[in-house]
Formats: sequence, structure tokens, C-alpha cells
Amino acid sequence: MDLSAARGALVQESRELLADMERALLEIESEGITPERVNAAFRAAHTIKGSAGLFGLELIVSFTHVMENVLDRVRSETLRLEGSLVSVLLRCGDYLGRLVDAIDAGEDDRDPDPSGRDALLAALRDVLGASSPAKAVAVDAPEARVEREPAGPGAGNEHWHLSLRFGEDVLRNGMDPLSFINYLSGLGTIVSLYTLAERLPRADSFDAESCYLGFEIDLLSDADKKTLDDVLEFVRDESEIRILPPRAKIAEFIELIEAMPESRQRLGEILVAGGTLTANELEKVLQIQARARESGGEIPRIGEILVQEHMVQPPVVAAALSRQKQTEERRSTEHKIVKVEAGKLDQLINLVGELVIASAGARLLAERTHQGHLVEALGEVGQLVEQIRDRALNLRMVQIGEVFQRFPRVVRDVSQELGKRIELVISGAETELDKSMVERLADPLMHIVRNAMDHGIEPVEERCMAEKPEQGRLSLHALHESGCVVIEISDDGRGLDTARIRAKGIERGLIGPDDELSDAEIHQLIFAPGFSTAAQVTNLSGRGVGMDVVKRSVEALRGEIDISSRKGAGTTFRIRLPLTLAIIDAFQVAVGDTVFVIPLDMIVECADMRAPEGPQHIVNLRGEALPFVSLREVFEIGTDEAPRPARESLVVLAYGQQRAGLLVDRLLGEFQAVIKPLGKLFTGVRGIGGSTILGDGSVALILDVPSLIATCTESQTTHAQAFGGLLN
Amino acid sequence: MTTLPTPAAGKPATTRQAAPEAPVAAPQQYLTFRLGDERFAISIQSIREIIEFPGLTSIPLTPGFLAGVINLRGAVVPVIDLSVRFGRAATEVGRRTCIVIVEVETEDGLQALGVIVDAVDEVVDVEAAQIETRPNFGSGIRADFVAGMLRLGNRFVVALDLDKVLSAEELEQMIGIAAGAQPG
Repeated sequence: MDLSAARGALVQESRELLADMERALLEIESEGITPERVNAAFRAAHTIKGSAGLFGLELIVSFTHVMENVLDRVRSETLRLEGSLVSVLLRCGDYLGRLVDAIDAGEDDRDPDPSGRDALLAALRDVLGASSPAKAVAVDAPEARVEREPAGPGAGNEHWHLSLRFGEDVLRNGMDPLSFINYLSGLGTIVSLYTLAERLPRADSFDAESCYLGFEIDLLSDADKKTLDDVLEFVRDESEIRILPPRAKIAEFIELIEAMPESRQRLGEILVAGGTLTANELEKVLQIQARARESGGEIPRIGEILVQEHMVQPPVVAAALSRQKQTEERRSTEHKIVKVEAGKLDQLINLVGELVIASAGARLLAERTHQGHLVEALGEVGQLVEQIRDRALNLRMVQIGEVFQRFPRVVRDVSQELGKRIELVISGAETELDKSMVERLADPLMHIVRNAMDHGIEPVEERCMAEKPEQGRLSLHALHESGCVVIEISDDGRGLDTARIRAKGIERGLIGPDDELSDAEIHQLIFAPGFSTAAQVTNLSGRGVGMDVVKRSVEALRGEIDISSRKGAGTTFRIRLPLTLAIIDAFQVAVGDTVFVIPLDMIVECADMRAPEGPQHIVNLRGEALPFVSLREVFEIGTDEAPRPARESLVVLAYGQQRAGLLVDRLLGEFQAVIKPLGKLFTGVRGIGGSTILGDGSVALILDVPSLIATCTESQTTHAQAFGGLLN
Repeated sequence: MTTLPTPAAGKPATTRQAAPEAPVAAPQQYLTFRLGDERFAISIQSIREIIEFPGLTSIPLTPGFLAGVINLRGAVVPVIDLSVRFGRAATEVGRRTCIVIVEVETEDGLQALGVIVDAVDEVVDVEAAQIETRPNFGSGIRADFVAGMLRLGNRFVVALDLDKVLSAEELEQMIGIAAGAQPG
């Protein structure tokens, strides 16, 4: 096995589990405690401990062990999970996250925060110490009675009886059944051991990496049930494990026999042979079972009988059932998801892209031969290839929820720190966008969210005075809109203080004292470097770094950010991002011989138009004055290279609230374009968003409509004058 | 001139045979090519392939040294007009015009770039003794573009330092300036 790959998987898995745990804990805090949530948290700690154990990562194992104990108490309801404990556990999660980071960096033995670790462990042990003596005993006692009743209808003898049916995947997961048995023999004497090979498949379907064996073991040992349980801890979830204490009740043997996949008779024989049951007792067990079957028509579940006869308390059964259900659920999701390295995906997508182009080329050649069958066959291939391309591109898309999921925690912590009450509402988390963008969105979003909490949402008293609900509201919303992903971050806080921003802008020399600016223009000032209006600098934000960084990172993703704000009512940030790596429905236009591609959803309509004369770049479109630019002029394509036709075409573009016309020589029609990024070299080029490869193999440039429209509207006058002057 | 020489296919094959028996001071291999009347050489280590001149898609609002982009089996590769980069007139595409695809190191890993040359000559083995340090001036191009002078027979050929000539950082900056200088 490739160890470094396995370590990578460990890091990845641990991070996911930590995220699960955090989510579960936050839900417990906000929506109340449920067994599922407690189990999710427990399972995370437990699984991380298990995986870390395989790599001998002692720092993690010893820490998660304590966490696991605490959560186990919570699970068995001997410990209450309250606010302060949730906070401690959340911090434990953070600490584990740092440990995992250290492992990712190859520093297994480095404790990133020894003092933090000690404090957390102390806090956890406090909790354990406070709860264990009183409550734990009270609940453990009846359980012990069920297991070890010396009097009454007891059966068997002094042996522990262990029924182990290892899951098929235990070997693949790095667990060797033999090592468990060896370990058990260290705890006592193995009196008898039967190997069950019933599950062995026929040789042709036998998989050497699967485990098919089961074992019935009688163990003479002084160890308690907990010790034995712990031994089998790591295989418990995927294996069928029963442990019966010495002198267990007959009912428990019934259950055992019922639960195990082998025939009752066979199992009974083993039990008798191992001396666990006498032949008589076996007879009795089977009789009881048969009676139950006859009387009920349907076989009553053993668990139900036990409860009816007050042998087991209902919560114990419920816990067992819920555990069973969860194991099943987890198995099913594991089967649904295959983890793939991102690099492999990129390679696949690149190859598929080449395949699309090659198949289009082959089709063109076939068409020249005028052989109908050939064209048809290649057409079919082409369609299939396009489908493959669509699917392949989709593989890279991930839900934006991946970023959103970290905010509940942030909002919780920050609102506590600030003493504000803030509710976070997330919607549209299923909106998909490219994986690489999702990763790069996290930081800008974090800045905005923190800012909104710190400066936007008012303290409780101020909200009361403004007659707003005490609890502030912060919402994260994502949606697809005309070929873009839009993310909105809104708060219902005090809104931007236009006057103060203006004053600050003048103070910083960003604007002149006499400049007349619209509110929107003033709001834009907060994106200027080093701009901050916070009256007091907090440790969250307000250092004046932030909004300019946010703007830059959004722009680096070729996105845009807008603010709308009403004083007293709140602020909304709107981030609009392209779906970089994607296919788009596109429209081809030409200037001279050069083909340009426009995303179709940016186009409202096309119109025929006489070449404009004079400096005016405004056209009357059904009574609406529409500013336009000539692509020829914007891109400085000279008339000697491509003579200007007498009639040109006007493409009406819409982007957000703005509309503008784009004058081109010819319209060529729709097609689907695979976006090829132009690379870092072209970051500075305006008006071009990327490129695509046309059916004939040549490269066409994709227009960046927002920046073109910006060119249109921002400097309409200067532009028109400059170019109009040239033309005259 | 009737047939297009196939330098990429023919010459490296013969030199490749020489490679295994290379002694301790292994001769380095250089591709020599022509820009106008001048000959230059580049180490074949950074060369990925040589292709015939295909159609180019020019990119508006970019400086002259950026001839455009080509489709290289599905990847969009920028093509540099070396002649313009050296401060001369733009290359006129002729029958023997080729694009040499090279790889240069950038912050984000290897970047493929095309370089337009007027004609590719041959791949030559050059012993260490044949390489002279670069002169401070006189080569007719920026001094830092020159990696050294190769003594081939009785003439000197300028060996180019591709990392400098095609410095991603510098090219990016120049493209940015050209785009930023536009109105609007």
C-alpha cells in the first residue's frame, strides 16, 4: 500500500469528519440534542481515533480517546451536553484540525498547541470526573444485572462467549482478524474456537482481499465487558459482534442465534461443543424460539420479546436500533461516493476536450467526402463525445455549500465574542460551481461575513432602539443567474453610513471635498485600499485591510462585487462569478476574418444596422437610447486588414441592470463552446474572458461582456469622441 | 526549397543515437534556427516540439511580440514573435516559417509557449569547450537574452537564454501595460 497516499486519505477523511462533528455540535446547540447528532459527533471522534491509530499518531489517538469517552457518556445519556461543553468540544475539534494540518505538513509528532491541548484535556476530564461517579453507576447497574444475573434462568458457564463475523472489508481497511484473536488470547485463555467458513464463496468469485470468516470463541478471562468491547472497537461498525458474559441469560443466547447469519442448528452445535451451552439448554433455547414463532404467526423480534418481558430497558434497544440504522446509512453513502484526485479529473477533462475537437475535425473531413454513411456514423460519435464532455465537466462542479458550511461556526463564535445575537440563514447551498473557485471564495466571503457581524449588525440595545428584532439576521444566498453564479451576503444591520464614508474618503484623499458622488459611488469607496471607517478597531475587522482584498480576490476570479445598502435597513454584497471551467451556449460573431464568441445568455437580441456615421455612439432601439461600441474600434481592428462592410450587425447585450450594443461585421450563429482559459499571461487583457476552439480547430476569443459594457458605459463620451473623431 | 525540411523529425533522430554513448562531459544539443538573416540557437532541453506554421488567432490590444494563440491539440498556446521581441520588424510568414514549442518555468509550473522562427536549421552537438561566455554587447540583442556564444565551425551563433527572453513575469507585465494603456 502506498503509505503517503493513505496518509493523504487520512488527512482528507479527518477533515471531513471534523466538519461533520462541528456541524452536529452546532445543530445541537441551535436546534437541540438528538441521538443522530450526538452519534455523528461520536462517530467522528471514534473514526478519527481509529484511523490515526493505524498510523501510530499518538497525539491524535490519546486526545480523541478522551473526547470519545465524553461523547460516549453523552450518548448513553449519563452526561448532559450543555452550552459550555459544546464550546469545549468545538475547540477540541479546532485543535484536532490543527493536529491534522501538522500531519498534512509531515510533522506527525509536533503538537501545534501543547498548552491548549492540556487545557482542553483538563476540561474534558473535569466533565468526565464530575459525571462518572454518581450517574454512571446508577445506569450501569441495571445493565450489569441483565448481563450477569447469576441466579434465575442462567445458562452456560464461566466463559465469555464471543461471536465474531468480520465484515468483508476489514482486511482492506487494514485490520487483520488474526491480530484480534491473538490479542484476545492475551486477555485470558481461549477455551474453544470455531472458524465459520460458510460465507466463503465459490472459488471463481473469491476475492483474496475480502474477509469471509467468522469465529465463535469461548474465552476464560477476568476482563470486563468494556475491555473486550474496546478490543473489537475498530471493527465493530463493519462487523457483526456479540459478546455474552459468563452465565448469560438464555434469552441472550436466543438473540445471538437469531442474529447470526448461520443456521440455528449449526450455531447451536458450536455452542454445545464449546461447552457454552449444554445440550439441554440448547434444546430449551430452540423451543422458546419455536413457541414464539407459532404463537405470533409472524416472528416477533427478539428485541421486542425482551422488552415485553422487562429483560431489557427500552432505551437500550432504541440505542441499538439507531446504531444499526446509522451503520446502514453510512454504508450506503460510502457506496455512492468515490473520491478521486483532482489532478486525475483535470487530465480526463483535458483529454475529453481534445476528443471533442478531434471528432469535430473528423466530421468536417467526412463531410468533404460526401459519404452519407460515414458522416452519419461520425455524427453519432460526435454526439456521444459531447455527452461525455458534459458529464466530465460536471465532475468538477461542487456545491457551494462546501464553503458555506464553515459559516455557522464563525457566526456562532463571533456573535458570542461581540455579545450580539445573530441568526445565520443559508440558502442555495446546492448551487454548483467549479471546484477551484469554491476554494478561492472562502477567504473573501469570510471577510464580508465578519465585517457584517462586526460593523453591520448593531448591538442588542441599539437594535431595540431602532425597533428591530433583537436578533440580527445574516443571510448567505447563492444562485445561478445568466451563466454566472451570484452570491449574496446580506445583513439587516445599520447599513453603510454614507456621510462618514464620504468624510473618510476626503480625509484619505480618495475624493475631493467638492466631488458630487451618488450614494452608490460613495459605497464603492470602501473597496479602496486602506479604507476603514470603524470607530474602534476590534480584533475581528476594522484594520482597514479587507474590503480591498476582497475586491481583488473576486476580480482575480474574473468576478465582480457590488454593494447595495440602505441606512438603517442593512447592506447586501453581491458577488457575481463566471463558471470558469464550463461549457457555455455561445454565439459567434465576426469582425473581418476574426471570429469572436459571446456567451449567449448575455445577448438580448440582434439587429441589422447601417454603419454609424459621426461621433454619436447611441442608437435608437424602439425608442430606447442604447449606447453601443464597435468591436472593431474597441479592439482596433484596422480597416485595411478587414474592410468595413456597409451594413453591420448590432448585438444587444445585457449584463445585470445595464444594456449596451456591440457593433460587429457579421453574425455567425449559435454553438456550444468549451471555455479554455487563456492563462496568466493574459490576465491584464481587457474585454476578453477566455478562448474556445472552433470546429475547424482554430482558436476563437470569448468576449468578457461585463468589462466590455464597462468600457461602453464608463467612458461613453470620451470613447465616442475619440473614435468618432478618428472616423471623421 | 521545393520540400519543407523536416528538422524536427530528421535531425534529432540522428543526434539521439549519439546520446547513449555520451562521455562524462556530455555534449549539449542545441537547435539552430534563423530569424531574418541571423542565426540563433536554443538548448533542446526546453523544446517540446516543432510544428509547421498554422493559422494564428491574434489577440486584440496586446503588444506586437505576442503574435497570437494557436490550438495545440486542444490546449491554447500563446505564440511569441521573437523578431518583435528583439526589437525588429514583425516576422513575415513564409514557406519555411515554423513554430517552436518550448516550455518555460513560471510560478505556476511549466508553461508552453510557441516561438515563431523563419526557418529551423539543425540540431548540433556542442562541447562545453565550444561555448564562450556572453559578450557584454555586440550580439545585437539585449545582453541578458544571451546565454552564451556557440562556436560552430568558423562562426559564432548566439545561444538564447529562454527563461529571460520568454520571462513570464516580464511578458505579462508588458501585456498588462499595453492593455491598460487603452482608452476605457
